[in-house]
Amino acid sequence: MILASSILEPNLGLIFWAVVIFAILYFVLTKFAWKPIMDALHEREQSIDDALSLAAKTRQEMTDLKAGNEKLIAEARAERDRVLKEAKEAADAMIAQAKADAQKAGAEEIEKARNAFNQEKINAVASLRKETAKLSIEIAEKVLRNQLADPKAQESLVSSLLADAKLN
Amino acid sequence: MYFSNIFAFLFLISSTLFAQEEHTDSTATYDPSIAYSKAEGHGAEEEKFDPGKMMMEHIADEHEWHFATAGHTHYSIPLPCIVWNNGSLKVFSSNRFKDEHHNNTATYEGLKLEEGKIVAEDGSSVFDVSITKNVASLLVSVLLLFVVFFTIAKSYKERTGKAPKGIQSVFEPIIVFIRDEVAKQNIGEKHYRRFTPYLLTVFFFIWFNNMLGLLPGSANVTGNIAITLVLAVIAFFVTNLNGRSTYWGHIFAMPGVPKWLLVLLTPVEIIGIFMKPISLMIRLFANITAGHLILLSLVALIFIFKSFAIAAIAVPFSVFMNLIEVLVAFLQAFIFTVLVSTYIGAAVEEGHHH
Repeated sequence: MILASSILEPNLGLIFWAVVIFAILYFVLTKFAWKPIMDALHEREQSIDDALSLAAKTRQEMTDLKAGNEKLIAEARAERDRVLKEAKEAADAMIAQAKADAQKAGAEEIEKARNAFNQEKINAVASLRKETAKLSIEIAEKVLRNQLADPKAQESLVSSLLADAKLN
Repeated sequence: MYFSNIFAFLFLISSTLFAQEEHTDSTATYDPSIAYSKAEGHGAEEEKFDPGKMMMEHIADEHEWHFATAGHTHYSIPLPCIVWNNGSLKVFSSNRFKDEHHNNTATYEGLKLEEGKIVAEDGSSVFDVSITKNVASLLVSVLLLFVVFFTIAKSYKERTGKAPKGIQSVFEPIIVFIRDEVAKQNIGEKHYRRFTPYLLTVFFFIWFNNMLGLLPGSANVTGNIAITLVLAVIAFFVTNLNGRSTYWGHIFAMPGVPKWLLVLLTPVEIIGIFMKPISLMIRLFANITAGHLILLSLVALIFIFKSFAIAAIAVPFSVFMNLIEVLVAFLQAFIFTVLVSTYIGAAVEEGHHH
């Protein structure tokens, strides 16, 4: 092992070159390799992160949108039901109103007719009574004229009338 | 890590056995095609195989990139020598040290190689900043790191926001792991961004160099103490220059500890500041060197016993070891990075729980 010391003894020239070479290697690699590589890796990781978070966000938005749509549909359905119900109610009300109006009008007409009829009846009864009275008087006149043509009959009548008068 | 430590220990025991074996086997015939040779003089006299020397030569740095020796032919790439000596800068090829037999015994401008080191013949001081095998290997690894990570950075720019593809998808999990599980975990949400580039650089620098070191004929960069020393010193400065009041408070006046105990505790904590990077330096150096030594010793077994039976055992075992070394290469880079991140985490921590 004559040369054993030589491998344990650092050579100054080699140290000099190693320092120079390592320094050049460090600066050149840092500027032209590590920096662009690190930047590219960072950028790529950033873009992957962004894409993933965007996907998650989009998924959330889709869910929200779906929920929103469902809500909208439910609202529309409720609105439709409400409108239908209102329309039905309005129609019903209108029908009822019309029915009531018609009934009222009918009743009024009937009442009017009844009143008119009653009036006519009264008038008719009155005129009938008048006619009847007139006719009765005429009949009575004629009867009386015939009966009272002889003086005996006149006397009996007067005496009967007088009898009646006494009875009263 | 523990595996290779155990194996390193076994190696240390077994290496003494090899030495004894060598003495009894001195009459063995020399096979030039496999033995490690070192020609002397006219190359007629061949030196006996010395496993220790062979391994040390594989682990140590050198001024040329030597791949193999077959017979008298050395397959190597000359590297530039840059030397400051006697007030002048000398730049020349490592081939200048070759003699007519291609051995490194020649002198050039008063300089010569002595056990892999450039020394002046006149004994004057030499400051050697040569592009040695390790420096060349470092440059190769830097080139590789640039190519790989620039390609990845480009595909990030071209495929913004898209899933990773090709080489990008190989490294992305590791980069993200270092960022999230090492930096963010140990330093904390607030400060980790500042230190992530440093931790990534350290991790990939160590890992790539560990892996390159496993290739046959490659340099032992991360198993060199100078390299691990530089990494440890950088880690020391990164940690301590970012130290907050809580960190220094824990060192100089540990909260909740009686005053008299601080006399003992403070020196221990101060030693701790230096022990942390020293442990980083030794851990990486020792693990990688140990791994190389095991592999080399397994190969050396074949040359010592010169037997196919040994080769039949040593080859599968070195394949197994090589696979473990691939794991260790990653593990050591990871451990270094995790430990530095915990040191930085302790330094930048803000004392909210006291």
